[in-house]
Amino acid sequence: MSDEHIVSSFDEDMTQLGDLLLEMGHVVTSQLQAATRALRKEDRELAKEVIAGDKELNRLESELNDLAIKILALRQPFATDLRKVVGTLKSAGHFERMGDLSRNMAQRTNTITKAEAETGSIETLIRMSEIVQVMTNSILTAYQRMDEELAEEVRAQDETVDRLHNSLFREMLTYMMEDPRNISGCMHVMFMAKNIERMGDNVADIATEIIYMTTGNWPEESRVKKDKTSRIIVEPDA
Amino acid sequence: MSTDMPANKPIMTARNVDVFYGKKQAIDNVSLDIPENQITALIGPSGCGKSTFLRCFNRMNDTIQICRVKGDIRFAGQDIYDPKVDVVALRSRIGMVFQKANPFPKSIFDNVAYGPRIHSLSDSKEHLEDIVITSLKRAGLYDEVSDRLDEPGTSLSGGQQQRLCIARAIAVDPQIILMDEPCSALDPIATAIIEELMDSMKEKYTIVIVTHSMQQAARVSQQTAFFHLGELVESGDTEAIFTNPEKERTQNYISGRIG
Repeated sequence: MSDEHIVSSFDEDMTQLGDLLLEMGHVVTSQLQAATRALRKEDRELAKEVIAGDKELNRLESELNDLAIKILALRQPFATDLRKVVGTLKSAGHFERMGDLSRNMAQRTNTITKAEAETGSIETLIRMSEIVQVMTNSILTAYQRMDEELAEEVRAQDETVDRLHNSLFREMLTYMMEDPRNISGCMHVMFMAKNIERMGDNVADIATEIIYMTTGNWPEESRVKKDKTSRIIVEPDA
Repeated sequence: MSTDMPANKPIMTARNVDVFYGKKQAIDNVSLDIPENQITALIGPSGCGKSTFLRCFNRMNDTIQICRVKGDIRFAGQDIYDPKVDVVALRSRIGMVFQKANPFPKSIFDNVAYGPRIHSLSDSKEHLEDIVITSLKRAGLYDEVSDRLDEPGTSLSGGQQQRLCIARAIAVDPQIILMDEPCSALDPIATAIIEELMDSMKEKYTIVIVTHSMQQAARVSQQTAFFHLGELVESGDTEAIFTNPEKERTQNYISGRIG
């Protein structure tokens, strides 16, 4: 496709739209990173920064929404441009959701740190967070380059996050069965893990959007969901 | 989804059509089917040949001395360029509406009655009245003019004049209506009324429209054909053309990257 539009302000609007999404993605990564560090270091100050930092993400999303609506109303884009505007708009919603989930993680960190609750090992949770951070960085590259192969890889990576979530679920059950005093902390860790698992799903959904933006087709196979926690039961005597 | 919708059977077919104005070739080897009871939009930049191609369908190009048409164009299976074809009869089956509304300098009634009269379609005064009123109703104009049918057609607003021309085309009971930029001189409301009318007309008629407005093509048509430099670059389901065209040239044109 020719790169330059006859109306140069159209190109400017489209570039700005893409830049806003990339900025949202960078904020999301640093929010998740900070939320995870706050948990690991039991750093309530950092947790509070994450909670406050979510406002910036909401501001960026609302700016992006306004711009996308302006482009649709005033420019009436077609084909690749149309797919990019709609796909970017939907992706921004996913990033905004990821921001909410990071903020929620920070709130829980604040709670359990204050209460000095026992949580058992959080290594698996941290591993999950690191993978989602890598996925988010890759998805930003995929968006920048409109690279559907990279987007496809990111979609596949979400499986690992789901698997870790399953094993953390079992692990937390054992801590809780060992000593009921662990329950409060473990429940919070479990919810944080669920947050990260959802964030992985959000990144995978953005990957799907990128595949559509690039190719005009939705990926044929629906993504394999490996989150099995809805079916896990552990017997107390097992 | 509309992509899964079986295309209606073609009522017109064009195969390997070339059109020349003197030595200059305006249409180069175009083949296209026009599905029955659907709206087909022809789009493309100025001078791409879309209007020239449209005018082949009812031999309007015959009126241009230096214009030559080659290839095979069939209406309901019949070769319309066969020397035995009665062109006047052909044009009553395949009507046309032009860019600028061009009512005759006659009353509203006589504008619509003109075609049925010269084709002797009515056997009585009552029958003729019936044809005129039905045509005005089908063109969505009757309610606005029912009390002033004897006033001149030119006294109507631009949008009403265009609907009068549509009524005049319908009055001779055509199967196909060719529209060459029918809304380009109209305001958005008058345009919306014509578009709504076209949508209801496709139940009974097949419509081929040439339009400069891609939004209009996207709104009203089921099939879109994109012309560029006299060639048919791509044709197909309108939704597919505007969301995911196959050809780069189509992509560039509809997204505003070539003029």
